[in-house]
Amino acid sequence: MPRPSTIAAAGLAAAALFAAAPLAARDSNLQDFAQIERGRTLATLADCVACHTQKEGGKPFAGGRPIETPFGVIVSPNITPDAETGIGNWSDEDFDNAVRRGIRRDGARLYPAMPYPYYTKMSRSDVRAIRAYLATVPAVRNEVHANQLPFPFSIRWSMHAWDWLFFTPGEFKPEPDKSAEWNRGAFLVTGPGHCGACHTPKNFLGGDNTSQALQGGQVQGWFAPDITGDRTRGVGSMSVEDIVALLKTGHNAVTAVTGPMGEEVADASAHFSDEDLKAIATYLRTVPAGSGAPPTPVAASDPQMQAGQAIYRDTCSACHAIDGTGVPHLFPSLAKAPQVRAQDPTSAIRIVLRGARSVATDSEPTAPAMPSYAWQLNDAQIAAVLTYVRNSWGGAAAAVSEGDVHKQRQDVADRTD
Amino acid sequence: MDAESRVTAMATTLPKKDVVIIGLGWTGSILANELTDEGLDVIAIERGPWRDMATDYPPNYAQDELRYRIRHELFLRPDQTTFTFRNKMDQTALPIRTWGAFMPPNGVGGGGVHWNAETWRFLPSDFVLRTHLTQRYGAGFLPGDMTIQDWGVTYDDLEPHYDQFEYLCGTCGAAGNLKGKIQEGGNPFEGPRSRPYPNPPQKQGFGHMLWAKAAAGLGYKPFPQPSGNMSQAYINPLGVRQGPCTYCGYCEWFGCGNYSKASPQTTVLPVLLRKSNFSLRDNSEVTRIDTDGSGKRATGVTFVDTSGNEWQQPADLVVLCAYAMFNVQLLLLSKIGQPYDPVANTGVIGRNFTHQCMSSVNGFFDKTKFNFNPFIASGAIGMCIDDFNGDNIDHGPLGFVGGGYLGQVQTNGRPIETSAVPKGTPKWGAAWKKNVADYYLSNLKGGSIHGSMYSYRDVYLDLDPTYKDRFGRPLMRMTIDFHDNELKAAAYMTDKYAEIVKAMGASIVEKEPRKGPYDITKYQTTHLNGGAIMGSDPKTSALNRYLQSWDVPNLFVMGASAFPQNAGYNPTGTVGALAYWAAKAIREQYLKNPGPLVHA
Repeated sequence: MPRPSTIAAAGLAAAALFAAAPLAARDSNLQDFAQIERGRTLATLADCVACHTQKEGGKPFAGGRPIETPFGVIVSPNITPDAETGIGNWSDEDFDNAVRRGIRRDGARLYPAMPYPYYTKMSRSDVRAIRAYLATVPAVRNEVHANQLPFPFSIRWSMHAWDWLFFTPGEFKPEPDKSAEWNRGAFLVTGPGHCGACHTPKNFLGGDNTSQALQGGQVQGWFAPDITGDRTRGVGSMSVEDIVALLKTGHNAVTAVTGPMGEEVADASAHFSDEDLKAIATYLRTVPAGSGAPPTPVAASDPQMQAGQAIYRDTCSACHAIDGTGVPHLFPSLAKAPQVRAQDPTSAIRIVLRGARSVATDSEPTAPAMPSYAWQLNDAQIAAVLTYVRNSWGGAAAAVSEGDVHKQRQDVADRTD
Repeated sequence: MDAESRVTAMATTLPKKDVVIIGLGWTGSILANELTDEGLDVIAIERGPWRDMATDYPPNYAQDELRYRIRHELFLRPDQTTFTFRNKMDQTALPIRTWGAFMPPNGVGGGGVHWNAETWRFLPSDFVLRTHLTQRYGAGFLPGDMTIQDWGVTYDDLEPHYDQFEYLCGTCGAAGNLKGKIQEGGNPFEGPRSRPYPNPPQKQGFGHMLWAKAAAGLGYKPFPQPSGNMSQAYINPLGVRQGPCTYCGYCEWFGCGNYSKASPQTTVLPVLLRKSNFSLRDNSEVTRIDTDGSGKRATGVTFVDTSGNEWQQPADLVVLCAYAMFNVQLLLLSKIGQPYDPVANTGVIGRNFTHQCMSSVNGFFDKTKFNFNPFIASGAIGMCIDDFNGDNIDHGPLGFVGGGYLGQVQTNGRPIETSAVPKGTPKWGAAWKKNVADYYLSNLKGGSIHGSMYSYRDVYLDLDPTYKDRFGRPLMRMTIDFHDNELKAAAYMTDKYAEIVKAMGASIVEKEPRKGPYDITKYQTTHLNGGAIMGSDPKTSALNRYLQSWDVPNLFVMGASAFPQNAGYNPTGTVGALAYWAAKAIREQYLKNPGPLVHA
């Protein structure tokens, strides 16, 4: 059953693209396959599409997605080659300034929801390649009003001070005594991958708390877990293969990703090369763990633990098993998944309240989900069962309080995501 | 407002697709997945809602007996559409207003959501039934009005596709015949398998094992029932995963939120829904298969959404994948194929309609010695014997044909449904309560005698002359009763089963052989079959051996409506095998040269 209409449509799209190609000054070369292909890879590593595409039915890179920040909502701009509403008229210099320096075409400062503090680690030629790739995607007319922040954050010049305080421009400098693989991993994690944008805790102005790099941070109602080499809370107990599997498929033998990280896997890391994933895993395992004494486990005799155990057996064990081992690649092992014992239980509470679906990838299409227990368990019961899960099977983490759950319950009630 | 005015006058025509699939249950999901693999642009149109585990039957409330078992939450609502029923041709049929003898599925996943997951293969002789029985016993041995037929396919044709379906589902069982070599612990009567089951059998309860021991003591060959409830974690060839069954005992009538019962949602749909050449319209009821002026070519389907808007979906190929009786109804309403006339014995659509002839035996045991913990169970748990199935015994002296598997397959200890008390116990009050308490742990209910039902000239489907659905279309009328052959078989097998229960040490054995007339209010199984049967002769079958309509070659009809008669097994394994068999024929033969695959 031939479908010639498809071919005709493709021809039309190409013609439209050609017409939209702007005549701005550029050193990116639309004729250079190698550069475009390198740009596509880098755009995937940088996960541009995630923020610059609306969630439901948005055209790729056409912007319009609201990005939640602690200071309000910023809407991502259109970065397709459309001349009027996209970046078609930008010069390569304009593009480089935005991506690596956080400076808009009109000279105004970008908000660091755009992760230029990480993208600055890329080279000019990297960014030029991304630009070359973006010039090849279909131009979409979509006007976006980016800044919807409340006063005083709506004043863009305040960002000058922010940049002076928190932004260190400069390309990635390899460490000569480390392997090429490690250095590649360090570049990807601290540069285009911008892992710290979520996983590094922020100070009160939203700047990275660099002394606690990748030790976990609050983001969009989740806690992005510790991904340092910490053996209990970070990824130190996972092998390089375990970490690669998690980033590539969304699942490994002990855990699975969900929430914003699910999007990251689906849009970005599922499409990274195995070499890059190995490099990322190799680097992450060496990132220094946070200081501070490991928490002492809550005693099994504690009333919260006793109640938690009873709730766990009735409510959780059918999937996660009596001994917390779960089912590899299907139901996370609550005994072993490090995220369970995150210093900040936000994600765990949210998952119990809201339920969660893991991510579907080509290699792991199942995307199993957990239902919401908000209607079934009250705040004290959820606190008890989470305290039990965090302090059983050899684990230890601070108890979860009824108040913690109460606060989260109110937070998730207002969320549409 | 009259019924017909509920549909807007003008249908809106949608962009043409390569394939339109009617109904997204087991067969629809399999066909959609196979045909999208072929690169075709496929749309499925499903009457019921979208369904998924964590959101629609999550483990924190899936086990709600009142909601699902008693109030039928997962099934079609008779308000939406129903059937009319009568036993005999001279009676007036009346509409079914509460489901009883069977449970019509609804929604994405179809019956695959709420089945028990008993995943059997039919016997090699079942597929050549008329030839086989005539050769062994002579033509005169069969009742004159019995209309059984050969299928046009053989067990050997279907074996690779049974295998495909079992590996898709992760079926758990013990092979009884591997490439012709009989295996200890399996079903020695089954046809040869090309390889073992993908998973080992499920664990069995005390009652199941005690029954098997007693059956073996009487010289029978017990084996574990083939089960689509997972004995261990499983990843299927499509990369979709299931988890181990928890033996909660809520399978049939319920969805499994634990990802441990094979269903389209846990085996195919995760892969299918990721494909850009597949789309789905749920809550949309197909009202007609459209044909061109010649009536020999389907042009697509017409469907109605929940707002009453009517849509036309053109397509090159139509695959009808609804529940058996709805397949037949849609063919009749679309005027495809000649309607069956039982008086003249002409026509094909509606012919050879069958159900099942189930019997059972309850055993009550001394509670101080027997504790069966009946609540530890699964839908397809249990130990069975096949000694009395098909033609595995010499029917010559018995005076009937057919049979069924016998099994101690108690699937649950659910409090409302499973509180058997000995006969003579009051229906309520203190004496009833005492007997429920005394026997809850020490009775075996659900002794299953899974009797076949063969086809007869006066058991059929046609359009009801009186009752109409909300669109003004005639309801499907069932004319069905048991014949002596089936009732004799039921009585015989029930006696055999009772001997086993006696041998287990039961103090009270209550036999419940199926008796006539066919009762529409008592649940048997949801295995309604036939009405659009496959075969080798267009005069007596609606479909050829590839499930392709004889009359409209770009229409294929899946499901148990193709069974010329029922066998003594649950049908889903065979339905799945036939779906893969038809998909292969479409992929390898039909698409290369669209037209009739068999010239009769």
